[in-house]
Amino acid sequence: MSAVTTPARPSARTADRGARKKSFSGGSPLVYAIALVVVAVTLGPVLYGVLGGFRTNAQLAEDPAGLPSPWVWDNYAGVLSADSPFWGYFLNSTIIAVVTTAVVVVFGIMAAYPLARYRFKGREALFMVFVIGLLFPATVAIIPLFILITQNYHMGNTWWGVALPQAAFALPMTVVILRPFLQALPTELEEAAQLDGASRIGFFWRILLPLSGPGMVTVGVLAFVGSWNAYLLPLLLLQGDMRTLPLGVADFSTEHSADTAGVFAFTTLAMIPALVFFLAMQKRIVNGLQGAVKG
Amino acid sequence: MTDTAVRSADRAPARSADRRPERRGRAATWRKRAEIALFVTPALALLVAFVVVPVATAVQMSLYKWKGFGPMVDFVGLRNYVSVLTNEVFTDAVVHNLIIVVGSIVLQLPLGLAIALLLNRKMWGQGLLRTIIFVPYVLAEVIAGVVWFQLLQPQYGVIDTMLAAVGLHGPDQGFLGTPEYALWTVLVVLTWKYLGLAVILFLAGLQGVPDELYEAAQLDGASWWQVQRRITIPLLGPTMRTWGFLSMIGSLQLFDMVWILTGGGPANATTTMATFLVNEGTKRQNFGIAGAASVVLFVIALVLALAYQKFILSRDSKEEGR
Repeated sequence: MSAVTTPARPSARTADRGARKKSFSGGSPLVYAIALVVVAVTLGPVLYGVLGGFRTNAQLAEDPAGLPSPWVWDNYAGVLSADSPFWGYFLNSTIIAVVTTAVVVVFGIMAAYPLARYRFKGREALFMVFVIGLLFPATVAIIPLFILITQNYHMGNTWWGVALPQAAFALPMTVVILRPFLQALPTELEEAAQLDGASRIGFFWRILLPLSGPGMVTVGVLAFVGSWNAYLLPLLLLQGDMRTLPLGVADFSTEHSADTAGVFAFTTLAMIPALVFFLAMQKRIVNGLQGAVKG
Repeated sequence: MTDTAVRSADRAPARSADRRPERRGRAATWRKRAEIALFVTPALALLVAFVVVPVATAVQMSLYKWKGFGPMVDFVGLRNYVSVLTNEVFTDAVVHNLIIVVGSIVLQLPLGLAIALLLNRKMWGQGLLRTIIFVPYVLAEVIAGVVWFQLLQPQYGVIDTMLAAVGLHGPDQGFLGTPEYALWTVLVVLTWKYLGLAVILFLAGLQGVPDELYEAAQLDGASWWQVQRRITIPLLGPTMRTWGFLSMIGSLQLFDMVWILTGGGPANATTTMATFLVNEGTKRQNFGIAGAASVVLFVIALVLALAYQKFILSRDSKEEGR
């Protein structure tokens, strides 16, 4: 697992930007044609779902591959109406994702700090605990988690019951990403802070935290997206009004299997938050993933 | 509250240190230890409560016959493991996972590489293309699964309609309802979903290739294809190997997409290790079996991860002298 080392180090990133331009400026019609095919295959299913939401079931049955005619707003209006369960799912997803992200970022940066900048016996062993944690995906522990959380921790069907285990399973990756990030900050900063009379905790609070903003945003975005899209853990732990959007989408599509247009509308609206978040955070997500792969 | 605690803790030792220099060393050591504990404990506590204890419970469960309530008393030794490993549904599930592992890499590696090389040229709309290709990856597996489930509906789904338009006939039960096609259909949908990740990572790797190499090759009269084969692809090796690792780990844990598209059916044709253990644990209350399946899943993932490290990733460390 040491493969998943890190760092989206600040210096490396700026250097990349300068080297972006590449030679062999190609732009032959063939290249554009292939690109168009790729776009069609990638976006086709998504667009079909979006457009399907604007049709009626009769239209869909008559000509599955057609365009909306006339355009119908009822499906979307139905999903967004005040008595629709959509808003409840949306709220649950948001709260769980925010709590997961907050816990991961706060606990992660706290743990990464001594591991990165203190010298003490057993530091590497402590770090190994987190590295080994990478080896245990939530899937392996899912059934005992379900039992422990409902029976022993009494957090079944609650926001915390989903957010805390999600944060726990995201922590190893977070610490593994943040440690090199913190190590990369120059030691001179620490020495200067010490000369000015700041303790190590003062240094953490006043200098390190503000400087590690980019690293925290990266791990935070990854945790948020992971939580927003999660299915297995919420599936086992949440019922009724507590369900999140992925659960809501899956249940809606089985409960209303005859109402294809309604399923498309519901699914489309459920994907919008993730897409908007992605577009806003695109750089961060991509940097985070690349950081996780580059050695 | 923590704020004030932190601040007062800041000052106290500094003052006492001035007065008693001889005891400074020991006090500083203790203080440092306390700080380390303060910083690391929350994360460790969370790990213990939600990772270590559940994993240990999985191992414990696997040794008992247990229906999920009351204490575990009915110790059965390794019998759960025997019944899991001789259960054809589970061994088939392992095979399905392995097919997905290999199939994902075999499909996504060449496709992802081709698209990354294509997008690495200067062309109009390049930024937009990169965004678009990444969209499926950002969607939840469930949402992608629900959309594809509708597309793949037998006869009335758009895919069957399009096949009919060119004179082909999809299977009567639909691609997901026919045991021979179901797993391959899942693989195709997964490829659609995860190709964007491969492309984005490969593009990142391509940006690490220094421009001078391309310029030198161009001066030597190398064609575009020669440059890709001799320079770009070899330099992309580490990125491809690491991506393969991530892809493999993901494929071994496959659950969401299968659960949505087929639920493991038809006739267990798409069951994976994860759907098997969730089924046993939640629907049948066979917690011992679920525990044993969890442990087997972990061991398989661990062995494959170590083998991958040893035989494939180790090349990187040798080549780069890390």
